[in-house]
Amino acid sequence: MRGAKIVVVFIYILFLMLPIYWLLNMSFKTTNEILGGFSWYPQQFTLDSYITIFTDPTWYSGYINSISYVLMNTVISVSLALPAAYAFSRYRFMGDKHLFFWLLSNRMAPPAVFVLPFVELYSAMNLFDTTLAVALAHCLFNVPLAVWILEGFMSGVPREVDETAYIDGYSFPHFFVKIFMPLIAAGIGVTAFFCFMFSWVEMLLAKNLTSVAAKPIVAVMTRTASTAGYELGLLAAAGALTLIPGVIVIWFVRKHIAKGFALGRV
Amino acid sequence: MTVKPVNQKAWLLVLPVLLIVALNAIIPLMTVVNYSLQDTFSPGVFFYEGTKWYQDVLSSPRFHGALGRQFLFTGIILLIEIPLGVAVALAMPRKGPWVSVCLVLMALPLLIPWNVVGAMWNIFALPDIGLLGYGLNWLGFDYNYTQQPFAAWFTVVLMDVWHWTSLVVLLAYAGLSSIPDAYYQAAKIDGASSFAVFRFIQLPKMKRVLIIALLLRFMDSFMIYTEPFVLTGGGPGNSTTFLSIDLVKAAIGEFNLGIAAAMSILYFLMTLLVCWVFYTAMMRGDES
Repeated sequence: MRGAKIVVVFIYILFLMLPIYWLLNMSFKTTNEILGGFSWYPQQFTLDSYITIFTDPTWYSGYINSISYVLMNTVISVSLALPAAYAFSRYRFMGDKHLFFWLLSNRMAPPAVFVLPFVELYSAMNLFDTTLAVALAHCLFNVPLAVWILEGFMSGVPREVDETAYIDGYSFPHFFVKIFMPLIAAGIGVTAFFCFMFSWVEMLLAKNLTSVAAKPIVAVMTRTASTAGYELGLLAAAGALTLIPGVIVIWFVRKHIAKGFALGRV
Repeated sequence: MTVKPVNQKAWLLVLPVLLIVALNAIIPLMTVVNYSLQDTFSPGVFFYEGTKWYQDVLSSPRFHGALGRQFLFTGIILLIEIPLGVAVALAMPRKGPWVSVCLVLMALPLLIPWNVVGAMWNIFALPDIGLLGYGLNWLGFDYNYTQQPFAAWFTVVLMDVWHWTSLVVLLAYAGLSSIPDAYYQAAKIDGASSFAVFRFIQLPKMKRVLIIALLLRFMDSFMIYTEPFVLTGGGPGNSTTFLSIDLVKAAIGEFNLGIAAAMSILYFLMTLLVCWVFYTAMMRGDES
């Protein structure tokens, strides 16, 4: 029984790792070797693809652009969502349930629906081709998600905590920052992780809201793939590098990740 | 559970969120509604067209095709990912040093940019140089996803299972780890079979997170764009052209704004309707 369980988990993880291994395998090959035929591991191991990416500004600026809008988006989403989530978790007010569903409904909006109007909107605001535009656009789905997760975590904190703090004479902002936020620190971390993740993986909006100056790495990759023929080695190396930020953030929240994926509601 | 106090000032706390989401949601949505009701022959000149675009879309075989494929795809991946995710979560160790390692490895596919996922599978499944394609052909299957619609579907579904099953695993695992050990001990004393443990202890505890999993997987698979677009480009032919791919094709490729906008609105309403049903079910579960 126990052995069978280990086999299930092992096979599942193996299935997850194979495509990733294949990507890494190719990133250490030359394009000629990749196109030359099937091989389990690089015959002529090379770091050329990685060197190209780290020395060519069009490549590495793509990473910088992506990281900067992702970080901006995470900060904006979490800081706006904190007070709102508190309101939803602690009070009833006119239209609260409808408002909550309306917010969530934006998480459900297919980005494909919004591509064209977004380009018009952000051009009208003179923000087209800036990382700020992408950061703000990603708020469409990240802010509702952040409110949803934070609300779950906040509802796990007993309301007596708030009441005691008020009796002790704390003002609301003081209480919120000094007492309440440390209590839900894990929730804030998990929320930031999710905002980071969904902004990092999204590409339709990021690609269409930028042209040259703020081009994200995902867009650099598609362009290179189409203009320079198929530079598969380069493409694989660039793809492999996009795994790193994810691995880093996931390591930080590994203890809370299961609870976080359940949006704090277990 | 105590009742929350009524406080209208709470609106002030919600206001910033409201403003930023309204900027991103209401203005673009109104633009789309405008387009869906108008026609244009030159920039800046618009004619009111009423419901013409909606009628066009609703009666077009192309839309029916994309819609049918979309429901088929979403149905298939839900039927695979939810049971598979639950099975893997049940097999996970409950404590020990391996838990973190398993969770991090499993979460990895979730953190890969979607077009990298598509590009990765595009190469992984190539019959001459990709492990999957080469392996399947070596096993004697005639597999080439760029030419055979069935192979393309197989690859797109397998890619989605690879990409998203871990989300279900993590959610189900979170539900399972909230079950106190005492429950299992009691079940053992009563001599309950492992199916009874699953049916009467584990499943009820996972119900809530599974609804969240269903909701998230429905939403995201219903608006899937990047991964199949990079993998197959919607082909061969139109065989893997889902709603979002068709929509972007109409809006940006063919610049058919009216059609694209009417499609957008219909698409959004459908997503909204299904999600409302899930959401209501979830909230009812919360109250009881």
